[in-house]
Amino acid sequence: MTLDRWIASIFLVICLIYGYTSFFAMDASLPPFMQRNPIWPSTFPKVLAGLGIICALLVIVNAKPPPLKEDEIDYRRLGDYKIGQAAALVALMVAYAFALRPIGFVASTVLFLTVSGIVLGERKLHILIPIALVAALFIWFLVDGVLGIFLRPWPWFV
Amino acid sequence: MLDGILMGLATAFSIKNLLMVIGGCLIGTFIGMLPGLGPMSIIAIMIPVAITIGDPSAALILLAGVYYGAIFGGSTSSILINAPGVASTVATSFDGYPLARQGKAGKALTIAAISSFCGGTIGAILLMIFAPALASVALSFHSAEYFALMVVGLSAIATFAGTGQVAKAIMMTVAGLMLATVGEAALFNAPRFTGGIMDLQSGFSFITLAMAMFALPEAIFLVLDPKRSNTGDGGSGKITDLRITRDEAKQIAPVIGRQSIQGFLIGVLPGAGATIASFLGYAVERNIASEEDKKMFGKGSIKGLAAPESANNAACTGSFVPLLTLGIPGSGTTAILLGALVALNVTPGPRLMIDEPGIFWSVIISMYLGNLILLILNLPLIPYIAKILAVPRNYLIPFILFFTLMGAYIGQNNATELLLLVGLGVIATILRLADFPLPPLLIGFILGSMLENNFARSMQLYDGPSFIWERPMTMGLLILAAALVFLPSFRARRARLKRQGVAEGD
Repeated sequence: MTLDRWIASIFLVICLIYGYTSFFAMDASLPPFMQRNPIWPSTFPKVLAGLGIICALLVIVNAKPPPLKEDEIDYRRLGDYKIGQAAALVALMVAYAFALRPIGFVASTVLFLTVSGIVLGERKLHILIPIALVAALFIWFLVDGVLGIFLRPWPWFV
Repeated sequence: MLDGILMGLATAFSIKNLLMVIGGCLIGTFIGMLPGLGPMSIIAIMIPVAITIGDPSAALILLAGVYYGAIFGGSTSSILINAPGVASTVATSFDGYPLARQGKAGKALTIAAISSFCGGTIGAILLMIFAPALASVALSFHSAEYFALMVVGLSAIATFAGTGQVAKAIMMTVAGLMLATVGEAALFNAPRFTGGIMDLQSGFSFITLAMAMFALPEAIFLVLDPKRSNTGDGGSGKITDLRITRDEAKQIAPVIGRQSIQGFLIGVLPGAGATIASFLGYAVERNIASEEDKKMFGKGSIKGLAAPESANNAACTGSFVPLLTLGIPGSGTTAILLGALVALNVTPGPRLMIDEPGIFWSVIISMYLGNLILLILNLPLIPYIAKILAVPRNYLIPFILFFTLMGAYIGQNNATELLLLVGLGVIATILRLADFPLPPLLIGFILGSMLENNFARSMQLYDGPSFIWERPMTMGLLILAAALVFLPSFRARRARLKRQGVAEGD
């Protein structure tokens, strides 16, 4: 099965759940005075669920493999690309999200920029780390000082 | 109208807004030059900044400046290193890069800058004529017509975005509309589809979604395929002679005139936009050129360079017409701008010109300014700005990722938002790999609540869906929308049948 069929199938399942909720679950909690309205909170979602199911089925039935793309990224040649690097960077972004509060903005940003540089193959740490540090401090100043949004710069123990 | 223009002049020429134009154009040029980063990603990254500015006209001026700058920067990298940073400048590289290889990079950049300037300026003049006229018509629209108009816009976008597969594009639109129903709708005062998760109570954040749909997949693609960010040796300072001759100016003048008008009109259509305008402009000019000129196309023709450049800038301006007059974005970029305006408590639409003439006119005036600044500021600076092309990707990519994270965080001040961003970004990357167009999803998301509100209002007014057949205008628009969706697939089917030799006669 091609990738677009997989995606359409997953979307179909989402639409079915969405449709089930809007057709059978949502109206139960509707207050009586609203039941005389011509439009309910579930009206629009019902239409959407129907449309979504039709589209997903059309894609599943009609999907044909597109011609191999030479200069664009093609998922059938995914092995040729740096998928490990991409996965590592995505993991780093998740780690950044968890680290931001406890270890503070400056430390987590410097770590993020440095480690992702290393992942991409940068070895000149004597350049990378100072750049990351200056950038982190500068952005912190910009966000906290100029834009006025609070960002905790230091770890929890400071 | 004159009052409005004067008011706009006063607003646009305030020190703060002048700085916004200059800053926006510069930032846009810098980032637009980086291969692989399109105007949508750049604007998505800039939105948190624009929203914290707080003043809607300043924010819109900044973002519009970034938009032009990005298109301009994209053409610079197309010409210098044959690596278009932006889809709408791909056609620029057809003739721009050969010119640069002949040692005429300076000349090519000048022609590009002048064509962009003329395209943008002519576009702005046409916008001043078209927008008020369209807005006065739109004032007579009721919620039923708005509902129908949005359906038309969404179907047009889906038809143009779907690379031959309209069903995929409509599926994405529906997905966007479904995402928009998550959270507490203002109309019903009841949470929907939150699954009991507190963080979803107020729905998905538009900034997070915009970043996840455009900036993040773009960056992941850059990581996956190092060839995409090949930055070459563009900054090696061989840009010398920036002058063009009188004879060359005579050659390109009619091209610029034609393509500015054509580009503008294409830009006004929902779903078309700068990319289509630039390719079409290039094709049209090649077809009507004289025989010997035609041979030059693709080998460094100055006409072939001027055509896409004036067309794409005029189209950018044209895409503001539906945004400012109807409140309906015709492209991904204007959809992001609409999201930013809504976040700033401004509702674009026909009332904008009457209720907030300051915003409306200052944006238009700042378009002239932006184009002028791109011409006088960037042209002499190009040799230096081009140095940015030499930034190694090991530094570039971490920073792009960091800026998307920061953008989502500033918008919501919430670390959960970052996880949502990464999750949606990975999904968007997979969708892009499978050739599902992403702009329809974001436009669906942004128009979703407006679409539902107008639908609900008409349902209440007519006590049921009878407004669809009782209002001729609504009916006509909905038929148009259906035609937009079904015609391409119908025609493709007929062409297929014809090839098989079983087509029934006309």
